[in-house]
Amino acid sequence: MSFIEIVFYVFSGVMILGALGVIISRNPVHSALSLVLTFFATSGIWLLLEAEFLAITLVLVYVGAVMVLFLFVVMMLDINVTKMREGFMRFLPVGVLIALLLAVQMVLVVGPENFGFEVEQYASPERHAADYNNTEELGKVLYTEYVYPFEIASVILLVAIVAAIALTMRRRPETKYQTPGKQIMVKKEDRLRIVKMDAEKK
Amino acid sequence: MIPLSSYLTLGAIMFAISIAGIFINRKNVIIILMCIELMLLAVNINFIAFSYFMGDVAGQVFVFFILTVAAAEAAIGLAILVVLFRNRRTINVAELDSMKG
Amino acid sequence: MENIYLAIPLASLFGAIIAGFFGRQIGRIGAHTVTIAGVGVSFILSLVALNHIVFDGGAVYNESVYTWMVSDGLKFEVGFLIDHLTVMMMAVVTGVSLMVHVYTIGYMHDDPGYQRFFSYISLFTFSMLMLVMSNNFMQLFFGWEAVGLVSYLLIGFWYKKETAIYANLKAFLVNRVGDFGFILGIAAVVMYAGSLDYIEVFQKAEQIAGLSIVIIPGTEWSLMTVICILLFIGAMGKSAQVPLHVWLPDSMEGPTPISALIHAATMVTAGIFMVARMSPLYEWSETALSFVLVIGAITAFFMGLIGIVQNDIKRVVAYSTLSQLGYMTVALGVSAYSAAVFHLMTHAFFKALLFLAAGSVIIAMHHEQDIRKMGGLKKYMPITYWTSLIGSLALIGFPGFSGFFSKDAIIEAVHYSQIPGSGFAYLMVVLGVFVTAFYSFRMFFLVFHGKERMDEHTKEHLHETPWVVTVPLIALAIPSVVIGWLTVEYMLFGTYFADSIVVKNIHNVLGQISFTTEFGFIEHAFHGLAVYLALAGLIAAWYIYLVNPKIADLLQQKLAVVYRLLDKKYWVDEVYFAVFGNGSRKLGNSFWRIGDVGVIDGFIVNGSAKLVGWLSGVMRHIQTGILYHYAFAMILGLMGLLLFVYVK
Repeated sequence: MSFIEIVFYVFSGVMILGALGVIISRNPVHSALSLVLTFFATSGIWLLLEAEFLAITLVLVYVGAVMVLFLFVVMMLDINVTKMREGFMRFLPVGVLIALLLAVQMVLVVGPENFGFEVEQYASPERHAADYNNTEELGKVLYTEYVYPFEIASVILLVAIVAAIALTMRRRPETKYQTPGKQIMVKKEDRLRIVKMDAEKK
Repeated sequence: MIPLSSYLTLGAIMFAISIAGIFINRKNVIIILMCIELMLLAVNINFIAFSYFMGDVAGQVFVFFILTVAAAEAAIGLAILVVLFRNRRTINVAELDSMKG
Repeated sequence: MENIYLAIPLASLFGAIIAGFFGRQIGRIGAHTVTIAGVGVSFILSLVALNHIVFDGGAVYNESVYTWMVSDGLKFEVGFLIDHLTVMMMAVVTGVSLMVHVYTIGYMHDDPGYQRFFSYISLFTFSMLMLVMSNNFMQLFFGWEAVGLVSYLLIGFWYKKETAIYANLKAFLVNRVGDFGFILGIAAVVMYAGSLDYIEVFQKAEQIAGLSIVIIPGTEWSLMTVICILLFIGAMGKSAQVPLHVWLPDSMEGPTPISALIHAATMVTAGIFMVARMSPLYEWSETALSFVLVIGAITAFFMGLIGIVQNDIKRVVAYSTLSQLGYMTVALGVSAYSAAVFHLMTHAFFKALLFLAAGSVIIAMHHEQDIRKMGGLKKYMPITYWTSLIGSLALIGFPGFSGFFSKDAIIEAVHYSQIPGSGFAYLMVVLGVFVTAFYSFRMFFLVFHGKERMDEHTKEHLHETPWVVTVPLIALAIPSVVIGWLTVEYMLFGTYFADSIVVKNIHNVLGQISFTTEFGFIEHAFHGLAVYLALAGLIAAWYIYLVNPKIADLLQQKLAVVYRLLDKKYWVDEVYFAVFGNGSRKLGNSFWRIGDVGVIDGFIVNGSAKLVGWLSGVMRHIQTGILYHYAFAMILGLMGLLLFVYVK
């Protein structure tokens, strides 16, 4: 067993365990942390596949931003965990059965006879030299061939930002705030009332 | 050396686990969202594996976009979740049935 | 010359557009000025073209001026073929049209649709010119349909009159039958000749004549016969040959000027012109020629017979038109195309004259059309009287008048013909001469001679019609007399039609006629039967209707069966109405009940609604609204797909 194989199997094992942790842990916080673990392991696998840029991005963006957001939300919401777990045991056999069936089927399809080293097309992946720069290669195609999808992706992100803000923003009725426009436009008649009356006598 | 089939099998197992996760955690929306992230991750593994074995960087570009869209989806999904919780005081899927005819 | 040729139809079209769209702005005088100017320009330029082709010996013009579209090598073009045949038709059409335009000023004087009428007749002139000047089947068909449309509009010109609407619908529908055959014929030409251009098609005529097609399994038809008969069915509709003749008498519901222009002089001769133009095709099919001959002979004689019993002045002339069209068709059938076209030309003048004279009488009689209520008009309307006499003499073929030459030529041509049916046709055309003379002078005597049978009020106002009416009468009377003298030798026996009409040697009946000069014709006439028959008819009419009117009533009683047969026009209208009218109504009714209500409404519309309702009733049980069931279904699908990939 070569070193690369060891790395692969260790990371794969961690990944699968992490994924299982996501789906069976009792506490959503634990689930989220398991997901973080899974992402870390995945980025290790990606490094094996010479996708260094994406591996780093996964850690930075996913673990750094998305998962933190998940944790935020989980901790922010007051969730009744026990109620959520209702039916967990009841659906477990069905879920496991389906997952197993699916996994067996998929493995049969993607197994070694179709995608193993025996298949000539995938027999000898090109190992890049030490000075290979994945980020540069990715950037070259991303900003030339895929520049329009790239623009669209950025717009999607912008929309997501706006949508997230728009969804969660709310006006609290008890909050007091001022409208400068109205303050400037106000006239004397609106505020001041002159009342004519006789002087009071002592 | 690791053959392509091993990576694909890994992706398949990840996908199956996330399917199972959706099935057994059918009440908790947050876990479901996480499972969807896992599914996308499984697909991404396949993309990157193919990209490596076929010597074509386009697969990585796709992963890049999937990550973008997934991030957006997570942000909006969680935002919806927050609003939902604020209004209904619950995120239990079974109780969210006002659309059912 | 090209610009002149182009200007001829466009001048008329211009007049039609101005009068049609801006009739209200330019007023009555503006409308007739602009249309008469347009047609006048067309007429003068037609004379220029005639002069160029006939007298200066100019080259035949055959060019396309505009390509509308090209589809799979088939060109749809607008183009002109200007040869001797065309220039003659152009001169006749524009000449008669000009006369009718002038005449209309008087005839339609008080009509509220004055501008509309002028627009229509100018449009008609344009359409007819496009028809005769065409060098391809597409434009021929355009002109064909356009004149049909204008005819429809003009028959129903008084659209508030019930009978007029009925008549124009009838004309339209009957023409549809003919046009159906016509377009099938054109389709066959396109299919086998691969071109719409006349010349190209004619060059392939011999090749087509060798082919045969199977229409009904088990029977082989000569392709050329099929094409020619189909085209002739179109001509039967347009030129009102039996059995598609029923629309022409009814078309007399329209104003008289258009009866003269469209339903006597020009449009109805389009069929004759078309067959003459297609002579290179017809020459290859003896069967088709026989068919043409028999149809023409039946029309010539039996339609003339009906004319005897009609009492409406215009209908008498209408039936005489039918009969004369029959004569032309007979001439086509015996390959005497030039005689047919020659008769077409002479007929155009004297028949337009007769119609306009009838119109003049109608104006004077305050729109009374029944000849039984006329009589003795001679002294009130001398110009109309003399011009009518000229027209009638020309019509019956009195020696020396234009109709004499053309009709005699046709009779002689039939006499020499050898093709099947020529014996029968000869009998019909010779007897037809007597009938023609009889009904023409019956009408003439009843209108202009004898007792004055109109009421007092009408009588007081009787006077000659204004100059706009009488001038066209005189202008048409002159060619009615002399045109035969001038052209008979050149047109029938000379080289006039050498460039446009093709006759095979074995069919060349005109070549067998031994006398070819004007005087030869007249001399021969007195050795033949026809002139005596015409005189006999004239004298019979004179005796029965003037000298001894009781005989007419007596004959009517003795020959009640025949009279009834003729009066009912052989019950053709009734049979058509019962079979086609009621039949199609019943068919339509049953389609409505079974097809529309049953199949479409019941089965397709309501049925599909019911099906959707039932299906959704079933489907809604699957739509649980629970997310996992949907997800599960998706996963099942995924599994199925994976299984499929694996097994394959």
